[in-house]
Amino acid sequence: MLDADFFRRWMTAAAAAVDREAERLTALDSAIGDADHGSNLQRGFAAVTAVLEKDAPQTPGAVLTLAGRQLISTVGGASGPLYGTLLRRTGKALGEAAEVDEEQFAVALRTGVDAVMALGGAAPGDKTMVDALVPAVDALGEGFGAARTAAEQGAEATVPLQARKGRASYLGERSIGHQDPGATSSALLIAALVEADDE
Amino acid sequence: MSDASLVGIVLVSHSARVAESVAELAQGLVGDGSAVSVAAAGGTTGGGFGTSAELIAAAAAAVDRGAGVAVLADLGSAVLTVKALLAEGDELPDNTRLVDAPFVEGAVAAVVTASTGADLGAVEAAAVEAYAYRKV
Repeated sequence: MLDADFFRRWMTAAAAAVDREAERLTALDSAIGDADHGSNLQRGFAAVTAVLEKDAPQTPGAVLTLAGRQLISTVGGASGPLYGTLLRRTGKALGEAAEVDEEQFAVALRTGVDAVMALGGAAPGDKTMVDALVPAVDALGEGFGAARTAAEQGAEATVPLQARKGRASYLGERSIGHQDPGATSSALLIAALVEADDE
Repeated sequence: MSDASLVGIVLVSHSARVAESVAELAQGLVGDGSAVSVAAAGGTTGGGFGTSAELIAAAAAAVDRGAGVAVLADLGSAVLTVKALLAEGDELPDNTRLVDAPFVEGAVAAVVTASTGADLGAVEAAAVEAYAYRKV
């Protein structure tokens, strides 16, 4: 079973991963975006870990709802409302249970991913975070490790795609050949589930 | 017409100067534009380019006179942040609406229409209609 502590560890591990990979995310974003993805997420997830420590939410749903709200208010780029919506909707779908099982989490995360697609209007293949998140949710039934692999493969598979959403889409064919920064950070977020589970 | 009945307008841009200038322009182009509450929410709280949920929420609260708030946004994260705040439910005043309109032309149309005491639906319709003003 997954409790509030598990989800706190998930957010802490995600913050550490974003810190570790911030330069790489920003480098990817400077190729096809505005070179702020790493620093934006660093600021956002640092604020998430701080507010989780301060408010100490007691349920899985409350942890993710608070984290999502914090991302929306602190990131300052499109990744704020998108990741914020992902976590907040996932959190709301988990309700007020003190513990949830992996299957309940998988169902809730799919609700979150659907909300991200509705908000940004992106579908799989558009070279966005959706390209890592959808395969990850599809694989979540086989465990966190399988979800991580699927997300990483999904992110790598964005390299040959032409961007159809966001600022990168203005580049047209010139967006081809670069890995999408949002799909890359989404893979980090999913990989952080494995770390949270190992602790 | 009392100020209390007018729709408020919020202009959200990646740039503080763009948001402020468009607000100034729109109010300047309307005879009694100063009667309409228009607030700019541009850039990040740190003064950089980007979007601040905090500035948007503060701007919406500042222009809310009870007749509704029309929000116009420029690009990407400005639009997404407003949508995410609306989905949140309790971050923006009741009867706040993201209006799908060109930023400058839509802002002028919205302020002109709001100054007549029109309701939120009419303000929105006027701003959306600005897409139809072809230039060539």
